[in-house]
Amino acid sequence: MKNFRDSEHLLRFAFLFAMLFVLFLVARHFVVPKSFGEYGHYRGAAIAEMAAPQPHFAGQSACEACHTDIAAKKKTGMHSGVHCEACHGPLARHAADPASVQPLKLDTAVLCVRCHAASAAKPKNFPQVAAADHSGGLACETCHHPHSPAIQGGGAK
Amino acid sequence: MNLNRRQFLVLVPVAAAAWQYVLAGTPQDAPNYQLTEHWWGMLLDITKCIGCGNCVRACQAENDVPDEYFRTWVERYLRTDWNLTTPEVISPDGGKEGFPAAEEVKNGMYFFVPKMCNHCADSPCTQVCPVGATFITPDGVVLIDQTYCLGCAYCVQACPYGCRYIHPTKHVADKCTLCYHRITKGLTTACCENCPTGARQLVDLKNPNDPIHAFLKTHDVHVLKPEMATGAKAFYNGLDGSVR
Repeated sequence: MKNFRDSEHLLRFAFLFAMLFVLFLVARHFVVPKSFGEYGHYRGAAIAEMAAPQPHFAGQSACEACHTDIAAKKKTGMHSGVHCEACHGPLARHAADPASVQPLKLDTAVLCVRCHAASAAKPKNFPQVAAADHSGGLACETCHHPHSPAIQGGGAK
Repeated sequence: MNLNRRQFLVLVPVAAAAWQYVLAGTPQDAPNYQLTEHWWGMLLDITKCIGCGNCVRACQAENDVPDEYFRTWVERYLRTDWNLTTPEVISPDGGKEGFPAAEEVKNGMYFFVPKMCNHCADSPCTQVCPVGATFITPDGVVLIDQTYCLGCAYCVQACPYGCRYIHPTKHVADKCTLCYHRITKGLTTACCENCPTGARQLVDLKNPNDPIHAFLKTHDVHVLKPEMATGAKAFYNGLDGSVR
């Protein structure tokens, strides 16, 4: 018993601990993605990946770049704040390739009432009509041009 | 173990290097100039919302959101004068196809509330994620790294606004990205692009020329559940006290 030394036990534990620590570092090297921690506790490359997809809606400025006549007409009317794709739908593919991708013809019977159907729930200053009483079955664009909806020569603006 | 001074001095830098490696996963400030140029939020004007559902349809078209799941949706409130805390709320199919016509009520008021991810600055959802799959970017957008997400749905429970869901086919968490692929290209979000009345506005709080700064000073603007101190960045103008 006189040769017993505490430090030998401790050395074995220290060696075991060191080996486990090295194993942890090696495993960590392979498991943790390269960009993890670049900006915070997450994979930094994910930000670029989320920014990568191409938009489906081209945006108002893309429309106005070509359709200057309609943009000018729209500015004069009540629909000046309504962006083109709000009615015409997502047209980024049309903006990228105008010749081969054409927008669909719109159905005003569905489209106009989506916003303008009368309802007590809507803000009072928003123009709304009970479609059946208002037009007697006529299509909206018979009287109102959608790009500048005021009736020519009078009527509601 | 007897270390002499020489051995100790050799070991210290090795241990320091190893410790540095362990610490590599801790947060640091974003070095990217462009990311730190912005701090995105959204302004939702209840006085302008007509409940047409354009935003819901646009979001689903832009982001391929599965049917019956919503990254943004519209609720219609009927708050009566005699019951200010429990309004009647409907949201048929998220308001995607609009709302049924409402009759005039004598003692009460109707209004529409568009809902979406609030992109909280101190977001509960990012705090609970066990793997670091959801995070707030340096420009203030809460995103999900879907290649890293386990689908444990802890964040779905943590969100006080109910803005997250588990994607039915990907089986990972999903939610509004504030159209991150659009705003980083200089476009506005799909919902703002398609809102016919301008009830939704993308705002950049770090841009001194953004009209939001004047708007916040001159209007009665609130966030949802301010008592939860989430740092919500979806600002509501004309928000009724009954909205939860």
